[in-house]
Amino acid sequence: MKDLGRLMGKVEAPPEPAKLRAEGLTLGYDDTTVIERLAVEVPPGRITSVVGPNGCGKSTLLRALARLMRPRGGSVYLDGKEIFSLPTREVARRLGILPQSPEAPEGLTVRELAAQGRYPHQSWLSQWSASDERAVEEALRKTVMLGLADRPLDTLSGGQRQRAWISMALAQETETLLLDEPTTFLDMAHQLEVLQLLGRLNSEEGRTVVMVLHDLNNAARYSHHMIALHGGGVYAAGTPEEVVTPELLRDVFHVEADIVADPRTGLPLCVPYGLRRHPSGGEEG
Amino acid sequence: MRRRAVLRRGGLSLPLDLRAAAVVAGLLGASLVGIVLHVGVGEYPISPPDVVRALLGLSTGDENYYFIVNVLRLPRALVAFLVGAALALSGAILQGLTRNPLAAPEIVGINAGAGLAAVTLIVALPSVPAALIPPAAFVGAVAVAATLYLLAWRGESSPIRLILIGVGIGAVATALTTIMITYGEIEQVSQALVWLTGSVYGRSWEELWPLLPWLALFGSLALLRARHLNALTLGDEVAAGLGVGVERERGLLLLCSVALAAAAVATAGTVGFVGLMAPHIARRLVGPSHGGLLPAAAASGGMLVVAADLVGRVAFSPLEMPCGIITSAVGAPFFIYLLYRSADAK
Repeated sequence: MKDLGRLMGKVEAPPEPAKLRAEGLTLGYDDTTVIERLAVEVPPGRITSVVGPNGCGKSTLLRALARLMRPRGGSVYLDGKEIFSLPTREVARRLGILPQSPEAPEGLTVRELAAQGRYPHQSWLSQWSASDERAVEEALRKTVMLGLADRPLDTLSGGQRQRAWISMALAQETETLLLDEPTTFLDMAHQLEVLQLLGRLNSEEGRTVVMVLHDLNNAARYSHHMIALHGGGVYAAGTPEEVVTPELLRDVFHVEADIVADPRTGLPLCVPYGLRRHPSGGEEG
Repeated sequence: MRRRAVLRRGGLSLPLDLRAAAVVAGLLGASLVGIVLHVGVGEYPISPPDVVRALLGLSTGDENYYFIVNVLRLPRALVAFLVGAALALSGAILQGLTRNPLAAPEIVGINAGAGLAAVTLIVALPSVPAALIPPAAFVGAVAVAATLYLLAWRGESSPIRLILIGVGIGAVATALTTIMITYGEIEQVSQALVWLTGSVYGRSWEELWPLLPWLALFGSLALLRARHLNALTLGDEVAAGLGVGVERERGLLLLCSVALAAAAVATAGTVGFVGLMAPHIARRLVGPSHGGLLPAAAASGGMLVVAADLVGRVAFSPLEMPCGIITSAVGAPFFIYLLYRSADAK
């Protein structure tokens, strides 16, 4: 893999990974509180997955980490500095975020989309520098989108479109990438394609990746660190082996499951066999 | 592939979309042809070569030509072009901001607000000098836009809410305008009605000069912010993630859109559907990137209104049809087509 990187051109030294953490974080919309006094730390240079059932606040947490929403209480810190005290541009140069199923205007080509990633590096006088051009080409190459670069997004398949959006985030050249369910609406092959791409970005360039994932097995397989949310707080955080347990599945996902070791990787694999049995005897709906 | 040339010198780097530049040049050329034809027709027809000669100040066979062309007819054609350009820019910005192809100043009630203010002045306060009508129309448009902004954006934007509330505000403003017209004095009412139809009839240099600074100022401000508008069309979250000051940029761009629509409506009344159609034509030609889209939309809007006014003058001669009726006759079916298409896509 290292040789491949050298073959494909100059690989810049990975930037010093930023430390992203939150303390006492309370998040909500209107009059509902979704996350309450949560503390979380993102290990730099690693892949972290945030998991949990629908409505547990995974996306909300990701938005707060990306500075897209103001916390009701507590703070998010980037390298020890309160994230809202930093200039918007500086944050955007260090932290890229890909929201869930983003939409591009009709007719926008892949290359034009990727070029948008250069926004925080540009100014009115410098709108398309040589390094902008290089970063966009790099991003398109890494996502294998060079061949489709001049196609409008609306003519592409779901997997290709997701890769195009990732190329935008890559062109942003941030040391940390936050992705909200990057695999939704993708079939299995395309899910793996996206996850492997993120894996390569981490292993070859040392980028910190934080993603919200629905699929526990994918999360266990493709991340070093997992954060399981439950009841507005962190239920468990640690390696996949530490986090993916029958207790987690029962308490957080309301599912009875066996956890077996993946015969290939030894990583935990969850095999659900039923809904959680209630103390009263019935099954939960 | 969209070819572009890049100017790079030191820390300076500016891209130029070659296709968009060619398209804009073509549209401007077509507009120029339209203007020459427009200036040539009338009770006293002048051949296109003579029009060009008179425009350039060269000698023609008839010494009246210079006066007819440059004093009587040219300002009307130029006002038509500028009004079209302003409305088209306004529509293009609004469509980008709302991420909705159906947005246009007349759809979200901005024109109706300008119309209400102007008609109020014409009908209810006839003693006020006519020179105050454009600023009043401007205030009306801004008031509608501000109301819209306050009602539609609750913490985060919702394009559909913006459009629906805009349609509602537009209906209220139109209803109030109708009340003014129903109860007004007949003399003022007929003046107001002509104004409302959207016409460049009888526009002279005196109407043209006040329009220019608005167009120059807010047109170029919008063009300078094209980069930010591009980022905003990807959605608030993506834009914020890219480091865009979302509320600030949206406010500035909305101000541009409103000011351009207001200046246009103040000069020529409510010339309908140009702000809706021209951006679509431009997008077909140069794609969705606003650095090329905005100039192309302005040029197509200008061309549309020049053509509409030309048709209005020639097609039913000796009767003259206001250009607003022509653009609406073409624009309304186009709007229905867009609605039909977007319903299809859902």
